Amino acid sequence: MITISGVSHSFGGVHALDGIDLEVGEHEFVAVIGRSGCGKSTLLRLVAGLLSPSAGEILVAGSPVTRPRGDVSVMFQRPALLPWRTVLANVLLPAEVLGLGDQRDRAHELLELAGLGGFEKRLPHELSGGMQQRVSLCRSLIQSPRVMLVDEPFSALDAITRTELSEELQRVQLARPRAVVFVTHSIDEAVLLADRIVVLSPRPGRIHRVVEVDLPRPRALGQVELDEVSRELRGLLATA
Amino acid sequence: MRAALPVLGLLAIIGLWWLATIVFGIEPLLVPSPADVVVSFLELPGYLLEQTLITLWEAVSGFALSIVIGVPLALLIVGSSVLERMFYPLLVALNAVPKVAIAPIVVVWFGFGISSKVLMVVLVCIFPIVISTASGMKSTPGELVELFRSLDATRTHEFFKLRLWHALPQIFVGLKVSITLAVIGAVIGEFVGADAGLGYVITVSGGSADTSLAFAAMALLAVISVALFYLLTWAERKLVPWSEEHRVL
Repeated sequence: MITISGVSHSFGGVHALDGIDLEVGEHEFVAVIGRSGCGKSTLLRLVAGLLSPSAGEILVAGSPVTRPRGDVSVMFQRPALLPWRTVLANVLLPAEVLGLGDQRDRAHELLELAGLGGFEKRLPHELSGGMQQRVSLCRSLIQSPRVMLVDEPFSALDAITRTELSEELQRVQLARPRAVVFVTHSIDEAVLLADRIVVLSPRPGRIHRVVEVDLPRPRALGQVELDEVSRELRGLLATA
Repeated sequence: MRAALPVLGLLAIIGLWWLATIVFGIEPLLVPSPADVVVSFLELPGYLLEQTLITLWEAVSGFALSIVIGVPLALLIVGSSVLERMFYPLLVALNAVPKVAIAPIVVVWFGFGISSKVLMVVLVCIFPIVISTASGMKSTPGELVELFRSLDATRTHEFFKLRLWHALPQIFVGLKVSITLAVIGAVIGEFVGADAGLGYVITVSGGSADTSLAFAAMALLAVISVALFYLLTWAERKLVPWSEEHRVL
C-alpha cells in the first residue's frame, strides 16, 4: 500500500532523513520508533504529502504522493479538535472538506464504538484529554482511509489513558485492518500494536533495524512474550 | 448581589456628586446637582429621547458598516501578503490621524445630515475591527492549520471553516472596543456640524449656558454606550461559548 524508496529529506541545512526504503502492506501495522529528533515525524509528514522529499519517491496505492489526499488520514500528537464544533461536527469535518456527503450515521457509529455515545453535542473543552483523543481517532476514521498515519497520538496523556487508547487502536485495527504507520517513542505501545517495528537511528534518520513481531492478537500490555520483544528493542535503541 | 454592585457603585458616585454640589455650594451653571439634571430631562423627555435615537442610529449603523467593510478587509489582508504590505501601513496612518481633525472635512463633503456622522463612526470603528480580525485569523494554531492541510482543504475552507471561526473571540474584543468608540465618533460628527443628535444638544445647551441639559445629554450618551457594550457581551456569550474571554471578564 505504501512504498517508500530511497527517500531523503533535509531542510534548513539539517539532514533529517537519509535513504529510507520501506514497504507497508495493505493490512499491515508498522510502528516507527527512535529517539526524538530522529526524523520519525518528518517521515510521517512525507507520506502524508505535507512535505516533499528532497530525494526519492513515495507511492501510496501505486500513485506518487505529491500532496495530501483523501484516502490517507493523519492523526496528530494533540487532538487538534476545533473548539467551536461539537464532538459530532468535529468527526464530520473531513467528510465536509473532502466532499464525502452525509456521513452522520457513520459518525454516530464510530463515536458509539469509541465509547463516546451521548457526547455528540458536547464541545471539546468539556471533554477529558483521553476523550478528546478518541474523538480525534473517530475523525481520522470517518473518511474510511486506506492508510492511517499516526503521530505519537498518546504522548500527552497519562499512563492509564494511554493504555486504554492503545487497546482502542488495536481493536480498530482488528475490526478493519488498514495500512498504518504509527510513530511513537513508546516501545511497549509499538510491541502491542505493530506487525513490524522500524527502529530509526538519529542524525540523519536511517533505518537501523526492522523487527518482526510475530505474536497472536489480541495482545495485552504486560504479556510475557511482549516483554521479550521489548527487551530486544531496548537493546537496539541503545545502539542506534 | 453581583448584579447589584454596579448599581451600588453608580449610586455612590451620584451621592458624592450631590453632596459636593451642596457642601461646596457650586453654581448650578458650573456643575448642576443630579436633581437639576433629572428636572432638565423631565422638561423635554420626548425631544431628548428623539435625539438619543438619532445618535444611537448613527452609532449602530456606522458600527454595522464597519463590520461589513472591516471583516472582508481583514480577510484580504490575511489572504495576500502583497495587499497587506500595500494597505496595512495606510490603514495605520489613517488611524493615526486625529478623527477630530477629519470631522470638519467629512461634514463639508457629506453635509450636515446623518451620512457624515455615519462616516465618522466608520472611521473610528474600522481599525480595531480589522486589527482584531486579522490578528485572530493569523494566530490560528499550527496544528489546526496542518489538520486542514492534511485534508487537502481549499483556501476557502481554511478561511471560512477554520481561521474566521478561530478569530471570533478576538473579533469580539475588537467589536467591544469599537462599539464604545462608535458613540464617540457620532458625537464628534455632531459637534462639528449637525442639527440633531445628543452631540448637537450638548453644543447648543453649552452655548446657551444650560449646563444641566448638557449633563442630561451626556448621561444619555453614557447609557447608550453601556447598553451597547453589554448587548455585545451578551451576544458574545451566546455566539462564542467556547471562548475563554468571558470567563475572565
